[in-house]
Amino acid sequence: MSDFGVFVLVAGLGVVTLVTRSFFFMFNKELPFPTWADRGLRYAPIAALSAVIIPEIVMRHGVLITDWRDARIFAAAAGAAFYFWRRGQGQAVLGTIVVGMAVYLPLHMGLGW
Amino acid sequence: MFFDPANYKHPSFKEGMRDISSVAPGIWAWGLMTGVAMVQSGLSVEVATAMTLLVYAGSSQLAVTPMLVAGAPFGVVLATAFCVNLRFVVLSMHLRHYLMHWPRWQRLCLGYITADMSYVMFTRRFPQPASDPAGQRAEMAYLSGNSFLNWIGWQIASLVGVFTASQIPIHWGLGFAGVLALVGVMCSLSDSRLRRVSAGVSGAAAVAAFALPLKLNIVVAIAVAVAVCLLLERSRWAGEER
Repeated sequence: MSDFGVFVLVAGLGVVTLVTRSFFFMFNKELPFPTWADRGLRYAPIAALSAVIIPEIVMRHGVLITDWRDARIFAAAAGAAFYFWRRGQGQAVLGTIVVGMAVYLPLHMGLGW
Repeated sequence: MFFDPANYKHPSFKEGMRDISSVAPGIWAWGLMTGVAMVQSGLSVEVATAMTLLVYAGSSQLAVTPMLVAGAPFGVVLATAFCVNLRFVVLSMHLRHYLMHWPRWQRLCLGYITADMSYVMFTRRFPQPASDPAGQRAEMAYLSGNSFLNWIGWQIASLVGVFTASQIPIHWGLGFAGVLALVGVMCSLSDSRLRRVSAGVSGAAAVAAFALPLKLNIVVAIAVAVAVCLLLERSRWAGEER
């Protein structure tokens, strides 16, 4: 692929980002919206996050892990535990990241999990 | 938009920035590793920089990187990115209720920079769309501030990653901080029984459907989780849902 071609393609990928993120509000036309769909949207945010992260935690090379010695499980569990212990107080999410990485890095780099 | 004084002088703008800053280390680590991964997978520094600045979608950048390196046809690359980004289409259906009363160019600018994390924080902060102008301005200011800081932080971290790629080994696994940031945000969303069900069903479905191409497992998982929750809503077990 020519150099110029690659940059045109990258610009096209930027347009894809714009179109997908704005898909349902990029036109001025009103869309008919059933009430069940409206109610269903209450469950969409957490479903989207879960669908993105759970495979990142419990799968490796496209298959479910069978070995419990995996730094990611312990790190995610420690991070979530910290969140529920500190919730309602400031920076619980920040603590989730810090505690999770404090568990992850020694297990991953030290023990090779 | 963030460059409109009516937004950046509004107190909600700062509130949005404060909320997203609680996950800043995760965003930085994730952005950094996305930059590193693009270059280590064989993209030139110039193309990786253009990807960072123009595409601004980590998962689709990583998905198309090997295709760009291999010289895959344009249409295939664009279709792949579209499918990987399909979850944003679902999220835009929700944001529509908050944004339709703004001019189109503002919607597009804001839509372009609003990624998963900002969407989640925004809908958590404003569970119901406002119907008065003051409330709508507060929503606009919050989302602008939140998305803007997310965008800046990601851009800087990614560019650092692109330019220092040879110094940072991927196997350190620093990118996992991004997953942990999402774990924290997910915990903060799990405030009702049905939302916890949604997370569980979606996670299981995403693993079960992982073999689907183009990360379509994520879209399938969202659809299954929402459908299950809608069915369960009618049972007494579900309790009161706000």
